Formats: sequence, C-alpha cells, structure tokens
Amino acid sequence: MTLLAERPVRETAPAPPPRRRRPVLPYLLIAPTLLTTAYLLFYPLVRNVIISLQEFGLPQLVRGDAEFVGLANYAKVLQDPEFWSVVKRTLWFTAINVVLIMVLSTLVALLLVRLGKWLRFLVMGGLVLTWATPIIAATTVFQWLFQSRLGIVNWALVALGFEEYRGYTWFADGDATFGILVTLIVWQSVPFAALSLYAAMITVPQELYESARIDGAGAWRVFTTITFPMLRAMFGLITCLEVIWVVKAFVQIWVISQGGPGQATTTLPVYAFQVAQSLQRYDLGAAVSMLMVVLLVLALLAYFRQLYRQEREA
Amino acid sequence: MMLGRISRTTAALVVFVLSVFPVYWMVLTAFKPTKDIQSETPTFLPIPLTFDHFGTAIAAQGFFSFWRNSLLVAGGAVLLALGVALLAAFAIARLRWKGRRAFVLMVFIAQMTPWEALLIPIYVIARDTGMLDTLWILTLVYFMMTLPFTIVTLRGFLAAIPVDLEEAAQVDGCTRGQAFRKVVFPLLAPGLLATSLFGFITAWNEFAFANVLIIKNQDDRTLPVWLSSFNNTFGTDWGATMAASTLFMLPVLLIFVVLQGRVTTGIVGGAVKG
Repeated sequence: MTLLAERPVRETAPAPPPRRRRPVLPYLLIAPTLLTTAYLLFYPLVRNVIISLQEFGLPQLVRGDAEFVGLANYAKVLQDPEFWSVVKRTLWFTAINVVLIMVLSTLVALLLVRLGKWLRFLVMGGLVLTWATPIIAATTVFQWLFQSRLGIVNWALVALGFEEYRGYTWFADGDATFGILVTLIVWQSVPFAALSLYAAMITVPQELYESARIDGAGAWRVFTTITFPMLRAMFGLITCLEVIWVVKAFVQIWVISQGGPGQATTTLPVYAFQVAQSLQRYDLGAAVSMLMVVLLVLALLAYFRQLYRQEREA
Repeated sequence: MMLGRISRTTAALVVFVLSVFPVYWMVLTAFKPTKDIQSETPTFLPIPLTFDHFGTAIAAQGFFSFWRNSLLVAGGAVLLALGVALLAAFAIARLRWKGRRAFVLMVFIAQMTPWEALLIPIYVIARDTGMLDTLWILTLVYFMMTLPFTIVTLRGFLAAIPVDLEEAAQVDGCTRGQAFRKVVFPLLAPGLLATSLFGFITAWNEFAFANVLIIKNQDDRTLPVWLSSFNNTFGTDWGATMAASTLFMLPVLLIFVVLQGRVTTGIVGGAVKG
C-alpha cells in the first residue's frame, strides 16, 4: 500500500535518479566490449566449429556453398595415424619444454634471491632483455646462430674439439631442429617464469628460512619443506601457463622449420595450419584446431583452479 | 662461505651471458663489416664498426611501407582497445551491477584465447567480408587480442585510485563524468601509458595472422612477416638481416626501458593475477 501511495510522488519529483534499481550505465559501458568479443572472438570460434562440421575445401571457400557432413571430419582426423603421431609429438614437445622451463626458472629464481644487489640487477636486466626480444627477432637470430657455415655455434663446437660439427647443417636433421626449437622456446620462456617465481619467493618470511637453517636443514631440504610448499599454488599457476604457451607455440616452429624436416617438428597448431593452408582442407584443419582447443581447455581448467587457489591464499 | 659466493657469482654470470648472448650477437653482426662476418674465426667485439648493413636494410624495397603498416596496425589496435577497455574497466572497478562477476570471468577467459586455433575461421571470415589483404582485418584482430589484457590491467590501475577522490570531487559539484575526467584520468595516465605500450608490443610482434591475412598485397605486409622472409630479401646477407632485426626490436626495447620499473614488478604481478 505504501509503495503505491508513494509512486506518483516520486514521478513528479524534480530529478530522481532514473531507475535506481537497475542502472543502465554499467551495461552501456560494457556494451562495446561485449559486441567486440561477440564478433571478433565468439563468432570466429563458432565459425570454426561450423567449418569443422562441413565439407569445406577450396571450391566451397570460393563458392560459399559448404554442406554439413556431421562428424565426418573428426572421424577422418581421429583415424589418421599421422594425427596421433602429431599429438604424441606435441605432448612430448610440451613435456620437455615445460620441465626444462620450470627447472631452470626455479634455479634462476633461487639464485636471484641469493645474489647481492649488483649481480641481481645485472641478471634481471639480462632476463628482461631476453623477455623483450620479439619472437621474430629471436627466431631470426637463432637461425643465424645455428647457421651451418658461419654460425657461431658450429664454430664454438669445433673449437671445443667436436670436429664433426664443421659445416654441420642443423636444420636438415629432424632431431637437431627439434632441439633448436626447444632451446629457443626455453630461452624465451625462462625470464617470465623466473622473475615471477623470484617475486613470489621474496614474499616468504625470512624467519622461516632462518629457523630451518638453525635446525640444520640443507638447501634442498629448505626448498622441499619451505619454499615449494609455501609457493605451491604459484608453481602450479606458472606451470599451467607454460603448458598452454608451449602447446600453442606456432610462430617459432613455422618460421624456422614449417614443421619439417619431414614431419619432425610438426605439433598440433602447425599441423592444423598445414592441413588448411597447404592441402586447402579447411574442414580438417578446423577439426584439428578444435581438438587442440579441447586439449588446451583441460590445461586451462587446471589453470583457473590454480588461479582460484592462489587468490584464496594471497 | 667463500666458495658459495664464488659459485653463485659464476652461476649469475653464466645466466647473464646465456640470456644476453643471442641479442648481443644480433647487434654485433649488424655492425660488423661483411668481411668479418664471413671470416673463419669470429670476432667478439665491434671493431671495426660499420653502418653499411643498416643502409642495406633501409634501402630494401618496401622497408618504409612495412614500418608504416606495422605502426598503423599496432597503433590503431591499441587506441581502439584503450577506448573500449577504459569504459569496461570503469564499470568493473567502480560500479556494482548484476552480471559483473560473469563479465570479469568472460574477460579472463578471453585473455586465454588460443588465437592459433582461430587462424582458419578468421581467414575465411576475412575472405567472405572482403577484408582479406587489408590492414583493417589485422587491426581488428590485434584489437581483440589486446582488449582483455587492457581491461584487466586498467581495472587494476583504476582500483588503486581511491574512490574518495572521485566522491570528494562530486561533493564539490562535479558530475560523475567531470570527476572522472578531471580527477581520475590524470592519475590514471601512467597506467594508460603502460597498458597501451604493452598492447602495442603484442600487436607489433604478431606474426601468424599477418602471415595468413596479407597474401596478395605484398606492400601491405607488416614488419614481422617481412623479416621472416629475409631469405628472399637479403639472400645470405646476414649483416643486413641482423640490422633489420635490430631495427625491428628497437621500439620494443625502448618501451621496456621506459617502463623498466613496472616491467619487473607491476606487469609480473598483473600477468600472474591474470
């Protein structure tokens, strides 16, 4: 009753804040973001799903009359032994990279904690420089470092007595190219991980270390009983991020080897692109990339769980 | 104790050399005379020093239009992202509304988009809409790539500015818009700068989409794509290739120097918090 009685008064009042209950302003403010995301992110994703369910080759691209074929593309991809060897290689590639990145970053972070001011400044400066190096600049430089005739790596190896590396062509050998790509990605990824871990490590209260040392704990024991447990969420978070970044690493591989020689460095994103671009089977390429998304979503769910845990601990 | 100190110093120097060497070698090669680059025993210092390779790189066909394209695309994307993100960041950081958490979650998920998986549909869409081989489509893609990060970071910067300041301005007779423009905006400026520069780096470095979406119009290529095909441009002229790489990296390096304080602390925190 009181509500009804009050209403007319409100409407005639000079300037009441319009619709107090449901403000329009926030929705107006996020509208551009929503529209952009819908058109530039959601639509391409949906389009990818649709293409993966159609027969979509060059003729369909030109004419635009693709027909739905259900899950035929997925069936074809999943029955192809080549796809499974690519998946296996991707997992292998990811495992090697992530383990190396995490181990090296942890060591560098532990080192940074123990360094004096000047050396720490120097090392951090070096890491930031690496971090700032654009992927394309880095890939170009690595091609030059490992160049067969004038490359500095071959020169150094020969100077160290490995005569067989004189004029060695790294990029003609599958395993060697694989190794170079791992080196490149690890080199590019360590700075972010190491600096993040370092930033987390300095938040651990110093007293804990001191009391552990008084109790006679060695460096390894201090790490396994204090540093790691305290920063478990942070380690989890960075590992997830690195997994995601390594799985979808495309540019480095594409620029250096295009997945070759042979198929030696073809990982999932490279494979999807090869199938679409070289064979012009956009449907199969879309199906492969959707399968990659599924793989990444698993890693992403783990990431969000860690993020949530980290927020709760912080 | 002494031994520990020596091994720590050695380890630090090893880490430093390993992280710096590739970049050092790039810059060094760019400044070395061709005779020294091709000699059997490499030299490790830039003596004598030459600018010839930079001349070759700059004289390469289309060099300036690639720079212009890269600047246009990255600059356009960043400006669009800033405008759109500022509105959204204000809504998240300052206003209470239904659906806010869902929106924030959407932004976080969008930030993790595996763009590499969207090459094919975006190629098809660009072709359907006649945007293939134009800089527009690249600008739009980079805009979307940098948008979530921009929102998250700006929200962080905004949240760090006390609401009291805005409220005080409103008490003194400012409207909400004026309070934002006159009080919050000046305080936010450093954050805007940092965020936009990082967005700029993302767009400046992007290769995969630039490689797929600009095919016929070779003049519309951006720097990363041009650099990746250095074999076609410079053959085996490693001096010129390294000079071109150095020039390409220069703006990024300048940005890192400008933001040095934030780079190691703020952005690490920001990046890890998503």
